[in-house]
Amino acid sequence: MITKQETEHIAKLARLGLTKKEIGEFQKELSVILDYFEKLKKADISNVKAFSQSVLLENVMREDEAKKQDLEIVDRLIKAAPDREKRYVKVKSVL
Amino acid sequence: MNLTNLTINQAHQGLIKKQFSANELARGYLDKIKKKDKEICAFLTVTEELALSQAKKIDDLIAKGKEISVLAGIPLAIKDNILVDGVKSTAGSKILQDYIAPYDATVIKKLKQEKVLILGKTNLDEFAMGSSCENSAFKLTKNPCDLSCVPGGSSGGSAAAVASDECICALGSDTGGSIRQPACFCGVVGLKPTYGVVSRYGLIAFASSLDQIGPITKTIEDCQIVFDAIKGKDLLDSTSVENPKIQNTEYKIQNLKIGVPKEYFIKGMDTEVEKVIKSAIKKYEKLGAKIIEISLPHTEYALACYYMISTSEASANLARYDGIRYGYSEAKSEKRKAKNLLDVYLQTREQGFGSEVKRRIMLGTYALSAGYYDAYYKRSQKVRTLIQKDFENAFKRVDVIFCPVSPTPAFKIAEKIADPLKMYLSDIFTISVNLAGLPALSLPVGKVGNLPIGLQIIGKPFDEDKILQTGLIFENLCQK
Repeated sequence: MITKQETEHIAKLARLGLTKKEIGEFQKELSVILDYFEKLKKADISNVKAFSQSVLLENVMREDEAKKQDLEIVDRLIKAAPDREKRYVKVKSVL
Repeated sequence: MNLTNLTINQAHQGLIKKQFSANELARGYLDKIKKKDKEICAFLTVTEELALSQAKKIDDLIAKGKEISVLAGIPLAIKDNILVDGVKSTAGSKILQDYIAPYDATVIKKLKQEKVLILGKTNLDEFAMGSSCENSAFKLTKNPCDLSCVPGGSSGGSAAAVASDECICALGSDTGGSIRQPACFCGVVGLKPTYGVVSRYGLIAFASSLDQIGPITKTIEDCQIVFDAIKGKDLLDSTSVENPKIQNTEYKIQNLKIGVPKEYFIKGMDTEVEKVIKSAIKKYEKLGAKIIEISLPHTEYALACYYMISTSEASANLARYDGIRYGYSEAKSEKRKAKNLLDVYLQTREQGFGSEVKRRIMLGTYALSAGYYDAYYKRSQKVRTLIQKDFENAFKRVDVIFCPVSPTPAFKIAEKIADPLKMYLSDIFTISVNLAGLPALSLPVGKVGNLPIGLQIIGKPFDEDKILQTGLIFENLCQK
């Protein structure tokens, strides 16, 4: 069973605002689900490597290059920002 | 002539023989959507203008006597987590309710090159998280076979649209069964390709090591056509791979070895479903295929392993919805007056995400948090290796694996929504395939009452053609 404090802590880590009611519900539901996940502890994983990918066996590398985009696409991306001034995206103060 | 019950090839023949125009075909489906979709609620957006302008181009080509591809003019529906340039793409979430896609997903680019008609965007569980479409922020899609039942999920809108003849075929995405289970519930064909065979560029990410785009169609032939059009390596998705040419020796059913995993026929499975599946397997046996009992011993861990990994990846992928760059935002809300950046994050995500998405972000954040990472996430990745090895071992003895898609037929609306774990358990037969990155087909092979039952045909990596050929045998048998 996870505690109310743990639930609130996870929500904060996840940057997720939750109502008091949601905290209570998630505390219960997550506990039930995590109990079910305890099953995983029975699996014998000694000498097993962690899975990384299903079919590809090598890392894919490429040059880290900036590619020029049409001004129209750039404008569309900027326009998608909810809060902006001229061609800047506005962000509230951090502190 | 009824234009809304055609296969791709039938529609293509009609177009090139000038029995009907692309415009008539498009209007036929748009009218059908107008009438039928009030009841089914499969579509979130109908792109009438786009479809008609595409149709005009095809009619011009045909008038000029130009050759057109088999997919040209074919009316298609697209799951709303796949981006279509200039069209709203919500992923079923309030947080993207007004989001207009600024570019085409690679699969859409490919389909547009083939000149398909895009009819619209279909409903889904929010961010593809769900097994019933009930987690959509916008609509409750109904199962065309029984309106009191769910269409399955998360690609429930796509499956329902195909099943109710509101389109010829559709695209879905499959992270843990999201193409196969709704295809099964609605009685249509669904293919989840091998991980990496279809580019995910422009698919709104849920769990990146599991997500895969694939077709939902009325027939195997249609499924093959759409699959061939969308597959292939893409520089914009570094996990995409070229489908290696598999030496396809002449396909003979007498040489086919079918594995049936004993762990998939267990207590708790609907006995009627079991009967239908077993009778389908019998039909293959009668045709000369060899049926071999196999074991996938780590099956019991698959569900927990899947939900640990998928929620972990989701918690990271969904961090991008911050109320700053795009989508719903509380930054300028008069009501809540965010004071600083943290307030914007917390309030935007509180208001923008639905409860299942929040639940999964919470689970994933927990699994990745300090102190639990080894016990949950890392352990799950090791169990995932074991599950993949199970399949590897099985495929040393058999060519394909047969099992049910779902332990039950479509369930009633609201039956499972209050119990998240019960809902998760409805994915029990489909998730292992995603964990192992394999291709799998959902094929309707019978009914219990009005409700269709799907056989799942699982193949080795890149063996899409073989599982489709195997499915075709049953389809041909039914048409005789």
